[in-house]
Amino acid sequence: MTIALKTRLPGGLGSRLGGTLIAGLSILGVIAFFSIIGPFFVDEVLAQVGSVRPRQPPGGDFPLGSDAQGRDMLALMVHATPNTLKMGLIAGVIGGGLGSILGLIAGQFGGWIDAVISVISDSLMTVPAIAILVVIAGNIEEMSTSVMAVVVASLSWMFTTRTVRAQVLSIRERGYIEVARVNGEGPLEILFREVMPNVMPYIVASFVGTSSAAILAIIGLEALGLGAQNEMTLGNTIYWAQQSSAVLRGFWWWWAPPIVVIAMIFVGLFLTSVGFDRFANPRLGRRA
Amino acid sequence: MSVSGKSVSGLNVSGTSGPILDVQNLDVVYDTVSGPARAVNNVSFALRPGERLGLIGESGSGKTTMGTALMRLTRAPGRIAGGRVLLDGTDLLTLSPRALRATRLRDIALVPQGAMSALNPVMRLRRQIEDAILAHEPRTTQAQLRDRIAQLLTRVGLNPAVADRYPHELSGGMKQRAVMAIATSLAPKVIVADEPTSALDVVVQRQVMQTLGRLQAGLGAAVVLIGHDMGLIAQFADTVGVMYAGRLVELGPVAAMIGSPRHPYTRLLIDSLPGIDVKRRLAGIPGLPPPLVKLPVGCPFAPRCPLAHDRCRVDLPLSQEVAPGHVVACHLYPDNATLPPLTIKAEVQP
Amino acid sequence: MSSDLASYLAKRITQLFLVIFIAVSVNFIIPRLLPGDPVATALARLQTSGSGQTMDIQAVSDAYRARYGLDQPLWNQYLNYWADLFRLDLGVSFANFPEKVTVMIANALPWSVGLLATATLLSFFIGSFLGGRLAWPGAGRGIRALVPGLMVLSAIPFYLLAIIMVYIFAVELRWLPPAGGVETTRIMRLDWATAQDILRHAVLPCLSIAIGNIGFWALGMRSQMVSVLGEDYITFAEAKGLSPGRVFFWYGIRNAFLPQITALALNLGAVVSGAVLVEVIFNYPGLGSLLYVAIRGQDYFVIQGVVLVLIVTLAVMLFIVDLIYPLLDPRIRR
Repeated sequence: MTIALKTRLPGGLGSRLGGTLIAGLSILGVIAFFSIIGPFFVDEVLAQVGSVRPRQPPGGDFPLGSDAQGRDMLALMVHATPNTLKMGLIAGVIGGGLGSILGLIAGQFGGWIDAVISVISDSLMTVPAIAILVVIAGNIEEMSTSVMAVVVASLSWMFTTRTVRAQVLSIRERGYIEVARVNGEGPLEILFREVMPNVMPYIVASFVGTSSAAILAIIGLEALGLGAQNEMTLGNTIYWAQQSSAVLRGFWWWWAPPIVVIAMIFVGLFLTSVGFDRFANPRLGRRA
Repeated sequence: MSVSGKSVSGLNVSGTSGPILDVQNLDVVYDTVSGPARAVNNVSFALRPGERLGLIGESGSGKTTMGTALMRLTRAPGRIAGGRVLLDGTDLLTLSPRALRATRLRDIALVPQGAMSALNPVMRLRRQIEDAILAHEPRTTQAQLRDRIAQLLTRVGLNPAVADRYPHELSGGMKQRAVMAIATSLAPKVIVADEPTSALDVVVQRQVMQTLGRLQAGLGAAVVLIGHDMGLIAQFADTVGVMYAGRLVELGPVAAMIGSPRHPYTRLLIDSLPGIDVKRRLAGIPGLPPPLVKLPVGCPFAPRCPLAHDRCRVDLPLSQEVAPGHVVACHLYPDNATLPPLTIKAEVQP
Repeated sequence: MSSDLASYLAKRITQLFLVIFIAVSVNFIIPRLLPGDPVATALARLQTSGSGQTMDIQAVSDAYRARYGLDQPLWNQYLNYWADLFRLDLGVSFANFPEKVTVMIANALPWSVGLLATATLLSFFIGSFLGGRLAWPGAGRGIRALVPGLMVLSAIPFYLLAIIMVYIFAVELRWLPPAGGVETTRIMRLDWATAQDILRHAVLPCLSIAIGNIGFWALGMRSQMVSVLGEDYITFAEAKGLSPGRVFFWYGIRNAFLPQITALALNLGAVVSGAVLVEVIFNYPGLGSLLYVAIRGQDYFVIQGVVLVLIVTLAVMLFIVDLIYPLLDPRIRR
C-alpha cells in the first residue's frame, strides 16, 4: 500500500522513505506549524471566557464561530493545540524514557531484576489505565497540565519496557555481544556501547507510540472533566462543549474543530509510526 | 509396488520414453526497486523418467528460484517471464489454476527447503497428509486414509503413531521424512527436492538421502535435487547441472562432470571441496557473483574466470554439446577438447 | 497434566492474584495518601446541597469514621478493607445514601457487559476476517480501498467518534435516541417492547465502540497474515495442490489468529477504557456512567468500588483468554 518514492537520496534511503512516513510527518508538521506560529498571530485574550459574543456560528468576525461562554473558537484552537501537544510530549518523554531505561536494565541484567520489572510491567499493563488514572486525577486538588502529564506518564511506560526488553534480549543473542564480553567489556559498557545503538530505533518508535497513547489518555481524562480546569486544552474544549450540551443544541462548531485537530494529530502519529517502522526495518519489504 | 498403484516401469504415461520433464528457455524475473533481476535466465534441460538430476550453485545462483518456478509456486515480486515447463507433454505454465492444483502433488511434488517449517504448526500430521490426499482423491474413505497414511509413514521409516503428533513434537530428521512421505503420497512422476538436508547433521543427512533414494527408485520418479553441497549431490545424482548467476553453465553425467568438467566454474567448485586423502590448502573462488539486476555484458563468470579472454567479456556463450548428454556454455569450446589447466588470477575486476 | 502446562497455569494464576492484590492495594492507598478528608468533604457537600437536612455533623462524622474504621491506624484499615471485600461489602454511596455500592454496581454491570461484549466481539471478528482477507494476494480493488479508511478510523479515539455519531444520527437525522439505556419513562418488563427499546438505545454506543476498534483489529490481523504468508508451510500447502480457500483458512488464518488473540488480551484494557468514555457520552447506565457521576460528586466509596470491579473483571477476562490460548496453540499445550 505504500508508494515507494524513488528520490535521489544517499544510500538506500530513497526507497525506504515510504509515502506513509512522509504523509505522517507532513500532517504532524502542519499541526506543529499551526501550534508554534499561531499563538503569535491570534490573541490569547480572545480565547478566554466572555471575550466575544457567544453562540455565533462560523463566519465574518469569527472564522470558527464562538461557544456559549463567549470564546472565539479559532483563538481557542490555536492556543489549546500547543498545550495538548506539550502535555503529550512531556508524558511521552517521561513515559518513554522510564520505559526504555527499565527495558534496557531488565534485558541486560536478567535474573531477579528482570523478573521483578517484567511482572510489575505485565501486571500493570492488564489494568485499564483509565480506572487508575481516574482515581488519581480525581483525588488531586490542584491539577495543572504538567501534573496531568506526569500522572499519565506513570502508566504509559509498560509497553516501551516490554518492547525494549525484547529487543535487548534478541540483540544479546548476536555474535558481537559474545565477542565484546570475551574482550572484557563490563555489562554496563556492553549496554551503552553495543546494545543501545541497536535499540535506538525501537526507543524512538516507542516514544511516538507513548506520546500518542498519552495524548489519548489526557484527552479522555479532560473530556471527563478531570483535567486542569481552566487551562485551554483540546480535551477541556470537548468537556465544556459537553457540559453545555453543544451536541444536542446543534453547536457543531464547538466540538467539531477540536475533534478534527485531534483526529489529525492521531492520524499523523499513526502514519509516522508505521512509516518509521518501515524505515527502520527495510527488510519488512513492500506488501504485494 | 507403489501405494497408489501406478506403473513403475519408468515409462511415462504415453508409453514413450521421451523426457518426463522438459524445461525450455525458462526465465524468472524479480521486480525489484532497482530494476528487474533475472534470477533464472534462459535455462533449459530435460529429464528422463527415473533420472536423478542434481542442480548445484552458490547462493543467489537462481537454483531455488528455479525449483519453485517448476511448480509455478513463484511468489511476488518474482514472476515467470517466459519459457515452457513440459511435464509429460503438458506445459505447466499455461494450465488453468484448477488444473495446476490437480497436477501438483499428483504428478510433480515438492520437498521444500527448510522442511522444519514446511509443516503447519497447529495441525496434526495426520490431517496434513489427509488433506493432501483428499484434495486429489476426495472419495477416499476414513479407513482407506488410515491405511494409506500408515503405509506412507512406514515407507519412510517412521512409526505410524507419529501421525497423531504435532510437528513440534518431531525431530528435524523425522519432520524431513514426514514431508517426503507427503510429497510421495500420490506417486508423482517428478520430485523436486530443494536442499532437503541443509539444516541437518551429517548422520541424519545420510539417512534422509537414503530414504529419498529408496522412495524415488520405488516409484520410478525423476528427481531434481537442488543444493550447494557438491559432495552430497555427486553421490546421489545421475546427472549434474551447474548454475551461475541464473544461467545453466554446464550439464552432464556425474562421472564426466566430476572427472573431467568442462566449465572453469565447475572445476573451481570441485577443487574447493576439501579432500580426505590429500592434504592441501583450501581453495576458494575469489570475488562475488554479479548482481542480478546489473549483469555484465558477455559471460557472467568472466570477471572471476581464470581463463577468460576478450571474447568472454563481449559475447554471451551459448550452450553447446561437447560429449553425448554433456553440454557447456563456454567460449573455450569447441576449440579445446578438455578444460585447460587453471591459474587463479592475481586480482579480480568487479 | 504435563509439567510445562502446569507451570504455565501456575504462572497465570499467580499473575491473576498479583494483579488483584495490587489493584486492591492501590485502590486503598491512593485516596488515603492524598490530602483532604473524604468523609468531611462529602458530608460538607451533602450539607450545602441541602440533602443533609439537620444533621449533627460531628455525630454523623464520628459514626462514619467508626463504621469505616477511619480513626484507626492505617494497617488496621487495610485489613478491615480486605475483610469487607470478602464479605462483598464495598461501602455506601454518599450521594445516594444509604444505597449500597454493591447494589449500584450490580445494577450497572449488565449494561456495561452487554454493550462491551457485543461491540468487542463484533469488531474483533469482523475486523480480523477483514484484515485476513486484505492480506491475501488477489484481494479485490474495492477491499484494498478500505485500507486508508481503516487506518484513519483506527487512529481516532472512539469516544470522539461517538460524538460525531450522536450528532449525525441522533440530532440531525433523528433516527436513533441520543442518550440513555432505555426511555426514561419505560418500566422495565420482560417483553418485546422493552427489548426493542433497549436495542434502539444500544445501537449508537455499540457502533461507536465497534467502528472505532475495527480498524485496529483489521490492520493487526493483516500484518500477522502477511508474516504468516511468508512462511514455508504456506508454500508447501500450495505445493500439495490444496485449494486457495483451504490454504487461506486452515494454514493462514488459523496461524495468524494466535498473535491476534494475544493482541486482544493486551488491548482489552484500552478497549474497556474507551468504553467507559463512550458510556459517559451516551449517558448509558453502565459502570462508566456510574464512575463518572461518582467522580463529579466525589462519591468516594463508589469510585473505589467501580475501579476495583473494573480491574478485577479485566484481570479475570485476561485469565480466561490465557486459558483459551493453549487450546488453540498446541505448542504451549504439552
